[in-house]
Amino acid sequence: MTLTVFWIFGVIAMGSALLCITRKNPIACALWLVVTLFALAALFVLLDAQFIAVLQVLVYAGAIMVLFLFVIMLLNLGRPGPTDIKGPLGLLGATVLAGALLLLLRPLGEAPLPAGIQLPPGTVATLQQQRGMVGSVATPLFDTYLVPFEIASVLLLAAIVGAVVLAKRKL
Amino acid sequence: MLLSPALAISAVLFTLGVAGVLLRRNAIVIFMCVELMLNAVNLTFVALAQGLGVGGQVFVFFVMAVAAAEAAVGLAIILAVYRHKQSVSLQNMNLLKDG
Repeated sequence: MTLTVFWIFGVIAMGSALLCITRKNPIACALWLVVTLFALAALFVLLDAQFIAVLQVLVYAGAIMVLFLFVIMLLNLGRPGPTDIKGPLGLLGATVLAGALLLLLRPLGEAPLPAGIQLPPGTVATLQQQRGMVGSVATPLFDTYLVPFEIASVLLLAAIVGAVVLAKRKL
Repeated sequence: MLLSPALAISAVLFTLGVAGVLLRRNAIVIFMCVELMLNAVNLTFVALAQGLGVGGQVFVFFVMAVAAAEAAVGLAIILAVYRHKQSVSLQNMNLLKDG
């Protein structure tokens, strides 16, 4: 049952991703990408990562995609115009290269995980029941990964300053 | 149990992102394809976190922070380029090309 639901959302994600890269209109691309992100959030729920699923909807589908749509509308790219998809040669090259990449990536899904790094089954589920969905992610974030967390805050500050400097007409 | 299908879906999504980057000329659409690739990797992290500990979910958090920073700076760059060229097509960005 879970597997069926998982595949349904997986097919939605893959199908809308395909539509996203083949639509001519950038706004249609952005909206199909939003569908992909929502389907991925559903997959995260099925993989026992409810907190990450909520973050996915809030941050990705909410904030980042609104930023994309905002820029598309600011530059007035939604109007009909010549297509930006490359011709037959570009299509052939993209298909061949992407197919080769898929052939390389696909066997990774079948390879068994090394037994030495695997936790006993149910460890993560027990942790999530003890600390809650948010607590099980937040405790390592502010404990083991404290330094990367602080670096991420500096990165976000640098991104804010950089975006203002780049986008401003005259400083 | 769900690990193998999750990795398969992730591989397909990453490939579609790469195909989009190769296929399109619009800088914003290429940017969206890069976001698609980041999301495919996030799916891998979450799928592996089930068996290998919550560290994978913490990493997804960091990937999202980096993606947000990248989106803000990248879109600012696209805005700056549009002001110079009146276009976001990569065909027109040939300043370093000879001839």
